[in-house]
Amino acid sequence: MKLYRFGRGGVHPKENKGFTADKSVAPITPADTLTLLLRQNIGAPSRAVVKKGDTVSRGQMIAEAGGFVGAPIHSPIYGKVVKIENVRDITGYWAEAVILERNPDDHVAATLYEDIDDDLFLNVVEQLSPEDIIARIGDAGLVGLGGASFPTRVKFTIPEGKRIDTLIINGAECEPYLTCDDRLMRERPADVIRGALLLSLACRSQRIFIGIEVNKPEAVLRMRKAIDDLSGLIERLDRRVEVFGLRTRYPQGSEKHLIQAVTDRIVPAGGLPADVRCVVDNVATAFAALQAVVLQRPLTARIVTVTGPELLSPGNFIVENGTTYRHLIDAAGGVPEGSGKIISGGPMMGKAIVSLDAPVTKGVSGVVVLPDTQSHRRAEQPCIRCSRCVSVCAMGLEPYLLMTLSGLHLQQEAEARGVMNCIECGSCQYICPSYRPLLDSIRLTKSIIRKNQKK
Amino acid sequence: MIVVSPSPHIHSGKSSDFLMWQVVLALMPVLAAAVWNFGIPAAFIVGVCLLSCLVTEWVIDKLTGRANTLRDGSAVITALLLAFNLPSILPWWMAVIGSVVAIGIGKMSFGGLGCNIWNPALVGRVFLLISFPAAMTTWPVDIPSGIDGMTGATVLSYMNSAPDAVSHVNMLDMAVGKMNGSLGETGAVAILIGAVYLLIRGVITWHIPVSVLLSAAIFSWLFGGNPLVDLLAGGLMLGACFMATDYVTSPMTRLGQVIFGACIGLITIIIRRYGAYPEGVSFAILLMNSFVPLINRYTRPVVFGQRERRSMDKVTGKGVRS
Repeated sequence: MKLYRFGRGGVHPKENKGFTADKSVAPITPADTLTLLLRQNIGAPSRAVVKKGDTVSRGQMIAEAGGFVGAPIHSPIYGKVVKIENVRDITGYWAEAVILERNPDDHVAATLYEDIDDDLFLNVVEQLSPEDIIARIGDAGLVGLGGASFPTRVKFTIPEGKRIDTLIINGAECEPYLTCDDRLMRERPADVIRGALLLSLACRSQRIFIGIEVNKPEAVLRMRKAIDDLSGLIERLDRRVEVFGLRTRYPQGSEKHLIQAVTDRIVPAGGLPADVRCVVDNVATAFAALQAVVLQRPLTARIVTVTGPELLSPGNFIVENGTTYRHLIDAAGGVPEGSGKIISGGPMMGKAIVSLDAPVTKGVSGVVVLPDTQSHRRAEQPCIRCSRCVSVCAMGLEPYLLMTLSGLHLQQEAEARGVMNCIECGSCQYICPSYRPLLDSIRLTKSIIRKNQKK
Repeated sequence: MIVVSPSPHIHSGKSSDFLMWQVVLALMPVLAAAVWNFGIPAAFIVGVCLLSCLVTEWVIDKLTGRANTLRDGSAVITALLLAFNLPSILPWWMAVIGSVVAIGIGKMSFGGLGCNIWNPALVGRVFLLISFPAAMTTWPVDIPSGIDGMTGATVLSYMNSAPDAVSHVNMLDMAVGKMNGSLGETGAVAILIGAVYLLIRGVITWHIPVSVLLSAAIFSWLFGGNPLVDLLAGGLMLGACFMATDYVTSPMTRLGQVIFGACIGLITIIIRRYGAYPEGVSFAILLMNSFVPLINRYTRPVVFGQRERRSMDKVTGKGVRS
């Protein structure tokens, strides 16, 4: 089998997916209160439309999109607005949140799983124009579920003059530990493909390419089989769907690198996928799109992998938006003795959380609990110019040099050397034998440059 | 207590110290070959270099108030490589001078590990070669030269004075190290074992050793020599596998490494054919070390999504070493 891959660079960290790869997606005990942050997506934070004391129903909008690049937020439960106040988010900053209390009569556990058959699907689809589909996606509050949380409605609103010929569905899941996308593709492949078909109608792309790293062989097989099973539907909609087996190499799931791997097209520096006639979205987003468009069901829950080397019962859980990390980890057996770090997302790009009482948001795909022994950085040593950072950089940058420039406050030079192209995948810092904080310094330089641009 | 730090939260686990000690390990077959070939004097010279290199680094650490850097393994590599570049019968005090120059001037005066421009071991060796040319080219009289019936000299020194001697070379002896020369130069097999180990462990990549050896072979052939003799003779094998590959003093990009290696091969053969010295690997590597910043500048990787290398003319180089 041909393995598709991006051009150069990348690393292959220990995959560690075995803790949860065979755990079916399961509901958890519902939390009594949910804390829904109003900042859940890239762009403008949402604006609350409920007030303290209001009763909310399941799926009711509690906050509206705060701007063009924004998304509404819906209540996952039937219950009451307890208060609207500032809480600590995972980074420790204050963030406005709507706090809901579950009504004792609300017993229904969160599910993602509602069967959608082809007749229902076709009925709905044939009545909708691409604009209608996008509108329903927007109304459901969809954001990219791969981690970046970019509002899906905006992504599929293709700029004037651009044409899309390939929709790429991202099932790479290149982050170590995470298995939520793997499980979704294995358990509901047909629904992922139906969702992808909807998205392809929305962006008027005839081709749908699904990229999956081959360390998930069962997902590849099941997705291929689902394409066969749905061939009538696919033909009827005049679409072409293909699964691409990707070489297991981080950061394969990066948008630009996935496009390169499956289409051989290179997004120009500073450009967007639309510049090479592509749109990329995550498998979980495609699945959520199906629910959003066909059932008009808003995004209020998602699959989250809760894992770690010492967790008692790690798993892939259906998690309501606003559940606290503490509740989530308790569902996996609680924080083990001697844990040192709790990561929201994967270990390469995720954020270490400050407090367990912070809530999850739409974009959280995993929680990784690391033992204390794996939580600390080693002391930085002098650069030995081994050139590993240069050879692993998938963006063609020179991290060692960018770090020197950062230390000398030469932001202009760093900019000329492409620092703004950094996708912050962390491969350089992962590989650096001298434990140098390469990515830290690149982030610092980027933030200073951005600040200067705003002035 | 939970730890909070920016991503990435995991590391490959390979540290600089680990990589350096891997190189030391890979040099062990060479050490064994040296002792097998030259006997106890070889072990003595290695001991002298180790001791004086480590003491020099320790003293300079103390004088400059730095933390002890002996554990990083780099001084041990320098000591071994310097010793491997010396004749077994060199007076011990010369080895001490070479070590002090290698560590003191070659490395620490630039700011220590990672900051030096030239390979420290070669700085030490060339300093000795220029200061004590006679002692540095006096080989044990009882060791076969690699040329049938001749002892007490090296293949290259014979070839330098009598180019016809090449037809009498015993290639098998050369490969297993039964020939005269510096300690670590004489066992191609032992050197290759070490190099293959480093390649397998991912400590070095093939780019530099292959380009050095290939370029030397091609130019040797073009200049009318016997490529196999040129590869096996002198310090080429050791230089290509262990000294040109020194992280600190070699280029940062794959393309740059190939250019760097190819130039080392070419310069080596030019010195061997046309220079006053019989051997030129040390000079070739040191010369190319000087060009590394320039090579880095012109082989800069192309940023993803850009058509060409960024022209550096637009950027004012403010003394940042690339």
